[in-house]
Amino acid sequence: MSSIWASYFTQNTLRVAPNTPTDTIDISNLNRQFLFRESDVGKPKAEVAAAFVEKRVKGVKITPYVGKIQDKDEDYYMQFKIIVCGLDSIEARRWINSTLAGMVDADDPESLKPLIDGGTEGFKGQSRVILPTLTSCIECQLDMHAPRAAVPLCTIATIPRQPQHCIEWAHQIAWQEKWKDEPFDSDNMEHISWIYGAALERSKQFSIPGVTFQMAQGVVKNIIPAIASTNAIIAASATSEAFKIATSCNPYLESYMMYAGEEGVYTYTFNAEQKPDCPVCGNLARKIEVDPETSLESFIESLGERAEAQLKKPSLRTEEKTLYQRFPPQLEEQTRCNLPLKLRELVSDGQEIAISDPAFAIDFRYKLVFK
Amino acid sequence: MADTLPSAFAGPSSKERKYDRQLRLWAASGQEALEKSHVLLVNSDDSMISGVVGVEALKNLVLPGIGGFTIVDSATVTEPDLGVNFFLDESSLGKSRAGETCRLLRELNPDVAGSFRIEPISELLRDPSFLPQYKLVIISGPTSRSSLDAVCQSTRELGIPVIYTHSVGFYSMFSLRLPSEFPIVETHPDPESTQDLRLLNPWPELKAAGSRLGNLEALDDHHHGHVPYILLLLHYLEKWQEEHDGNYPGNYKDKIAFRDMVRSGTRTNNPEGGEENFDEAVAAVLKSINPWSLRGNVREIFEMEHCKKPRSSSENFWIIASALATFYKKHGVLPLPGSLPDMKAQSADYIALQNIYKVKAREDVDEVLRIVQATETDLRRISKSVTKKEVELFCKNASHVKVIRGRDIPRISKDFPGTLKTIRNNLNSPESAMSIFVAFQALDIIEDDILNGRKSEQSIDDDNTWDTTVDTLIATIAGGDTTFTDDNGREAIIKAAQELRRTKGGELHNISSLTGGMVAQEALKVLTKQYVPLNNTCVFDGIGSRSEMFCL
Ligand SMILES: [Zn+2]
Repeated sequence: MSSIWASYFTQNTLRVAPNTPTDTIDISNLNRQFLFRESDVGKPKAEVAAAFVEKRVKGVKITPYVGKIQDKDEDYYMQFKIIVCGLDSIEARRWINSTLAGMVDADDPESLKPLIDGGTEGFKGQSRVILPTLTSCIECQLDMHAPRAAVPLCTIATIPRQPQHCIEWAHQIAWQEKWKDEPFDSDNMEHISWIYGAALERSKQFSIPGVTFQMAQGVVKNIIPAIASTNAIIAASATSEAFKIATSCNPYLESYMMYAGEEGVYTYTFNAEQKPDCPVCGNLARKIEVDPETSLESFIESLGERAEAQLKKPSLRTEEKTLYQRFPPQLEEQTRCNLPLKLRELVSDGQEIAISDPAFAIDFRYKLVFK
Repeated sequence: MADTLPSAFAGPSSKERKYDRQLRLWAASGQEALEKSHVLLVNSDDSMISGVVGVEALKNLVLPGIGGFTIVDSATVTEPDLGVNFFLDESSLGKSRAGETCRLLRELNPDVAGSFRIEPISELLRDPSFLPQYKLVIISGPTSRSSLDAVCQSTRELGIPVIYTHSVGFYSMFSLRLPSEFPIVETHPDPESTQDLRLLNPWPELKAAGSRLGNLEALDDHHHGHVPYILLLLHYLEKWQEEHDGNYPGNYKDKIAFRDMVRSGTRTNNPEGGEENFDEAVAAVLKSINPWSLRGNVREIFEMEHCKKPRSSSENFWIIASALATFYKKHGVLPLPGSLPDMKAQSADYIALQNIYKVKAREDVDEVLRIVQATETDLRRISKSVTKKEVELFCKNASHVKVIRGRDIPRISKDFPGTLKTIRNNLNSPESAMSIFVAFQALDIIEDDILNGRKSEQSIDDDNTWDTTVDTLIATIAGGDTTFTDDNGREAIIKAAQELRRTKGGELHNISSLTGGMVAQEALKVLTKQYVPLNNTCVFDGIGSRSEMFCL
């Protein structure tokens, strides 16, 4: 979607650097991307989008950047007035959100960079305006991005019932058994074809109907349906808000607009609540309920799936001691012995811990409350 | 399992790959309908207005691959057009706006045919073969009342849907006029609302499957923890009936007691300290232990004349709907959709249960098909006979099929008292975007006068003109309603009008693009006959970042 921003902004004569991800144009982008043509397949999205808009709209200058947003530092983001994002993962959203919050300097109004975020799925979408540290942020509403409940591994391994279970088996278990060190690449047609074949065979074994190539691809690539019209609605909504902030012509969105088009045209606009225990913009530790009998290891595993955490590679410490530290290896070795210990042996009820994760620039504070 | 990576596997075609992300929404059938559809855009009559909203809507229809489009626009491209229309470039200056936007839109998708006409629409309508080529007409304001009326009149006779849209400053509106009856089979309801398990009226095979469980206590832990929850519920329902004179749990209190009964069957002396299948059964009680009932949308269809008395010329939808009504009269339920949610179970047990549902669904389809065929024979209906596939699709969606009764593009006039009442009710609420709709109606009247030479171009931002136009509209809206006074909404309408006057009726690219996205979504729903289109008017308020729907 980020490519679309570029064209809207030029119509409104603002300058931006489209900060698209590293990926290149795929044929499946053409159903909704009006800046790309068939001859562009395989080229970097940011470059093609920038060049096309510059060609179509005279006098506009766009600087493309092909790379990860996480590879740019605060100085880079400081040069912009407003950041608009159309990212495809919650992780990238959380990263830019916490980075912009970290840049805010109370003595320098220029350090506050409004963040406008948009996303779509099928006929639905949402856009929101965030003033880092001042209004509700991505992390405040993290539970709205709760990950889809994963199918238990035992179902996949031993008692599949749905075609998706057969595909997950091929993807998570059979591929590695068969191809050992060859990493699975979801963009490789041959790889997906093999997954499809393996899943089909397993489904026949269990008399489960319904495995198709399209479904196999959808499951392993976690494909989200997307159409041009919804992207236009959300991209234009985000642009309108950027326009309002830049010119102060009208009050900007406070703070969230949800859109649903499957049944009529439905929008719900509301002011999302800023949470005092938000790890990014609040000053209280977020409560997290735990079973004191749980081992540290399974608690760490659960952090990846818990809606209020969603941390995949956490390192944990209390004020006094390190509970588990992933990097560097020596520290990992020293703290590994804590993994089998029960939580009640390591912390007390209500104790605060700090969690860091390589995907984020900040520490998350949690208060462990025993069940 | 294959030993090598397949290299010659055909995989999806390049068209399937290009349209993958949308095929997951409307499938091959929806795509086929799109590809057969040509859309007509009648762009604003006034060459001073750029007509971006219609072009942006077309962009969102060309990308997903409609069959073709035609743009009607007599204007030539001027400098201001370049500032708001992305589908024009410097080389377009001085050329036909219809031709240039057509050229740059076609560039988006080589699969789509595009053409343009520079004659006024009133002239094109004289050719009786012109309109029937199109499956949908989009008209963008400003337009003279006579053009709008002419298009609405001709399309109504042909049953072609129309969208009228107008985007000005930070505001926009659009109305959709569907044919007088617009049936939809694939409404794509929320999957949560489609579950139909028939636990309180099981057919013999399902009831038998529940009874076969026998003594649950005798099962070992592994089996006990893997009984599909549907069978658990059937088992405990039987037990409940034995204890309650053959009755099912009826009221809320009963259901809570029944839920406790199911819960008490859970084994907790195992390593997990509980059983997932029992948890699922407990969680499903309030939702699933309900008597089957016919939904309002289907009851309404059964009451319609087309359904009661299908004719040989009726569309297939009505032939099947009428067969469904016969089925319902006989069985008191609609055909079983046949799908089963996932649940904790052994593979073979789940598949066996799934088959019980599928077989029943297939039997129901066969029965409906027999009724359909009998109807067709009675009606001597030979030419367009209903296929089994159509009946299957209909039965699968039976509870959620819908017929929308198309409504005209709304107008504030004493001839439409129902519309006036809805407007009055909404104007009474200060939160409503109705004031924006009325301001647009006033703008339409003023622009019509300008286009016809009855007023000067300056009148678009003239206090007097607006005051008298709004007052006349308010008097019409009030009708004979004495409780409705000038205070109701007048101030809000005048305030909304300020935004329309500020830009002198001109468009903002981003608001037109957003509106073009919404208009295109409606177009997609109408052309694919999937999902549920707007009925019939939407107002977007870009200042408040919100929209509102009205049935006018
Ligand atoms: Zn926050």
